[in-house]
Amino acid sequence: NPYAGLVSHLRASWLSGKTRPMEYRMAQLEALGRFLDDKKQEILEATELDMGKPSFEAFFSEILLCKNELNITLNNLYHWMKDEHVNKNLVMQLDSAFIRKDPYGVVLIIAPWNYPIHLFLVPLIGAIAAGNCVIVKPSEISKNTERLVAETLSCYLDSDCFAVVTGGVPETTRLLENKFDYIFFTGIPPVGRIVMAAAAKHLTPVTLELGGKNPCYVSDTCDVTNVARRVAWGRFFNAGQTCVAPDYLLCTLEMQEKLMPALREAITEFFGPNPQESPDFGRMVSDKQFQRIRALLGSGRVAIGGQTDEAERYIAPTVLADVLPSDPAMQEEIFGPILPIVVVANMDEAIDFINARPRPLAVYAFSCDSKVVNQVLERTSSGGFCGNDTLMHVTLTSLPFGGIGNSSLGKYHGKFTFDTFSHHRGCLHRSMGLEALNAPRYPPYTQQKLGLLTAAFEVKRRGTCTLL
Amino acid sequence: MDKMRQVVERARAAFNSGRSRSLEFRIQQLKALERMVNEREKEILAALKADLHKCGHSAYSQEIIGILGELALTMEKLPSWAAPQPVKRNLLTMRDEAYIGYEPLGVVLIIGAWNYPFVLVMQPLIGAIAAGNAVVVKPSEVSENTARLVAELLPQYLDKDLYPVVTGGVPETTELLTQRFDHILYTGNTAVGKIVMAAAAKHLTPVTLELGGKSPCYIDKDCDLTVACRRITWGKYMNCGQTCIAPDYILCDPSIQSKVVENIKETLKEFYGEDVKSSPDYERIVNKRHFNRVKNLLEGQKIAHGGETDEASCFIAPTILTDVSPESKVMEEEIFGPVLPIVTVKSVEEAIEFINLREKPLALYVFSNNKQLIKRVISQTTSGGVTGNDVIMHFFLSTLPFGGVGHSGMGAYHGKYSFETFSHRRACLIKDLRMESANKMRYPPGSQKKLDW
Repeated sequence: NPYAGLVSHLRASWLSGKTRPMEYRMAQLEALGRFLDDKKQEILEATELDMGKPSFEAFFSEILLCKNELNITLNNLYHWMKDEHVNKNLVMQLDSAFIRKDPYGVVLIIAPWNYPIHLFLVPLIGAIAAGNCVIVKPSEISKNTERLVAETLSCYLDSDCFAVVTGGVPETTRLLENKFDYIFFTGIPPVGRIVMAAAAKHLTPVTLELGGKNPCYVSDTCDVTNVARRVAWGRFFNAGQTCVAPDYLLCTLEMQEKLMPALREAITEFFGPNPQESPDFGRMVSDKQFQRIRALLGSGRVAIGGQTDEAERYIAPTVLADVLPSDPAMQEEIFGPILPIVVVANMDEAIDFINARPRPLAVYAFSCDSKVVNQVLERTSSGGFCGNDTLMHVTLTSLPFGGIGNSSLGKYHGKFTFDTFSHHRGCLHRSMGLEALNAPRYPPYTQQKLGLLTAAFEVKRRGTCTLL
Repeated sequence: MDKMRQVVERARAAFNSGRSRSLEFRIQQLKALERMVNEREKEILAALKADLHKCGHSAYSQEIIGILGELALTMEKLPSWAAPQPVKRNLLTMRDEAYIGYEPLGVVLIIGAWNYPFVLVMQPLIGAIAAGNAVVVKPSEVSENTARLVAELLPQYLDKDLYPVVTGGVPETTELLTQRFDHILYTGNTAVGKIVMAAAAKHLTPVTLELGGKSPCYIDKDCDLTVACRRITWGKYMNCGQTCIAPDYILCDPSIQSKVVENIKETLKEFYGEDVKSSPDYERIVNKRHFNRVKNLLEGQKIAHGGETDEASCFIAPTILTDVSPESKVMEEEIFGPVLPIVTVKSVEEAIEFINLREKPLALYVFSNNKQLIKRVISQTTSGGVTGNDVIMHFFLSTLPFGGVGHSGMGAYHGKYSFETFSHRRACLIKDLRMESANKMRYPPGSQKKLDW
């Protein structure tokens, strides 16, 4: 077991109690802040090399959003760490009852390639804040970022408690043989199953941030220009390689016709007449991904875009019209800059379509009629929901970010990350005195004792009373 | 075994019909459960007596009161628990609606245990119904009378398709676990917990595992031993030691060991009289297999009190072992019986180290007059839950989450935590389709000006 030494080193540090004091955790978090500041340029360059990530996007998702999470955590850590005192029942009025936030111990964070800094750093912030030791396993597919993280992160963090492990599938498999106290995985559902099965062997709790096909319903009553912009923005950000991107559109035939010129205009506005020349449009991360996504272009008919350039792993911002549910583009999460439109007769048909499929990470609905938006919200199920926009719900850290069913298990962002990586321990600290009050619970049992116990412990509905 | 698939499919179809979603429906079902517990109390107590030799008082106080309390609490609080929770917005979302919506998960599976066979299916069931789910209930086959009764009663009071009861042993449970559920709550032992989680992994099903372990109980030299030992005796020997949060073993200084034994002996006499076997308030081991398992733990041990057994009635007397070696069999596995080993340690630091070298327990107990010492033990260890200066009691405060950590489990429930365990917290952001100008800064083409803003 090549990682046993590393894991036991971290476990020894954990047992020493080093990561418990708030000052220690704050210092490590502040160091992460300096990492983001010092290495900003390198991060922008690495992500550009990895997937042509435009610096505007990289700054937004890899630096700005991460710094937000850091600052929220630093600002609130004191409060989050505090014991949470809870309401007590009659019998415990003189006791102290609280929830203690215990770290789990040694946690493992496995990150994917599409937002390669953000998707390990934001969980890492919560894991450190909660007092754990952490092993970070960045994705080997975004290899420039992987190298950057492996070479530089250890200069900022305490190497007794935090480590970076690199490698591909074989290395990750060996790593998963070890016992961790929590595993946080972001990636695709099939690998999520493998991670959870490995975790089951040690009864390790997990958070799995997976994916799915996020539907986007556009009703007939809407401002077409604004819809087109918001949808295009969400779809083509990071060249479509976003777990919460709108995966496909559902609308009527009329709306499809109206949307097309608006989408064309939005794309031109964003990326110019030739997106391949725009510094603001990304590339596919690998040849494998490029080929997979290119194969989806045969679905429906290409209404906008469709051009590809294998040498650059470039796929143009593309909209496919008249796509059928049986088409290739509707069989898997697209994770690329292709937006299929599936025509439906009305909102009910759209809702049925969504509900016939595995529950996605996000559902989007656009309408000027708020009743329509609410109908879609109430009659579907998904990790999160955004009405009249795309992606934005995941930038609000007071909202939990996660899925349901195949799209994920668990949630994070903001305080939810801290809570994910803490064990909420119910504690009752009783008084040694007043032993007489305990008498009704001891044998030998009598009817009178039972009456007293019932009166003491019972929760009565409002408007009733107990006759002793 | 097609039967399992049919039961789950029927439950799923019933869930998809949407009828379990309205609060009125959920409260109506909870009211029906309340009627069931009140109207059929005699039969429930009789089943518990048949399964575990539990007398009426024990059964009522251990299983019925808690359920009635949970039902009352849930019915009262459900509207506020289920209401959408608005969240703090940032600058970009200031004019939007942002909230967390509580939604049912779908079809959930509850697997009960045999030691508190009624409450351990009922309490999770209350939360699962409250959260709007369909629920497949699988009571433990080891407590067969209660299992049979639950299978008979639930369909008489609850919606038959939404809340089916499945009975059976290992083969039936294995088959059941191949089906897809949206959450599984399992109460039982660590070994089976791993099997449940592995089965859940195939469907990416979230799990709550309420397992067990050896819950340590540290008695400080500076403490009222009479009170401490009375409380410990109560918690250890209730239900004949078959309680997941019973104090499993004692850690104390060698100088107080014999006083501890004396106090416990005195208390036992107080509780059960001179002849424990004839006390109506003392239970029995659930079956021969567990009887033999617990009896074998006594081998080679110094029995300071008790030790008598009677196989025919699965009786094991309340037993205390002294000077127990940490390497002995009785210190390897969760005892789950009326045998209390005392392991001596020279200091609280040694006790903390002893506890931390072992798997994380479900409960941890510490007795001391010194508040600081108690705080120190809590801070330097971890466990599912803690009670200081008493045992068991943290279980009865529904505002505390009840669950384990590490080998003692994952997830928690009771009160609002049950509702949350069985709900999906859906992040909702509703924006206006107008006000597009605010969005312009995020759209390409990117520029330094936009970034700086």
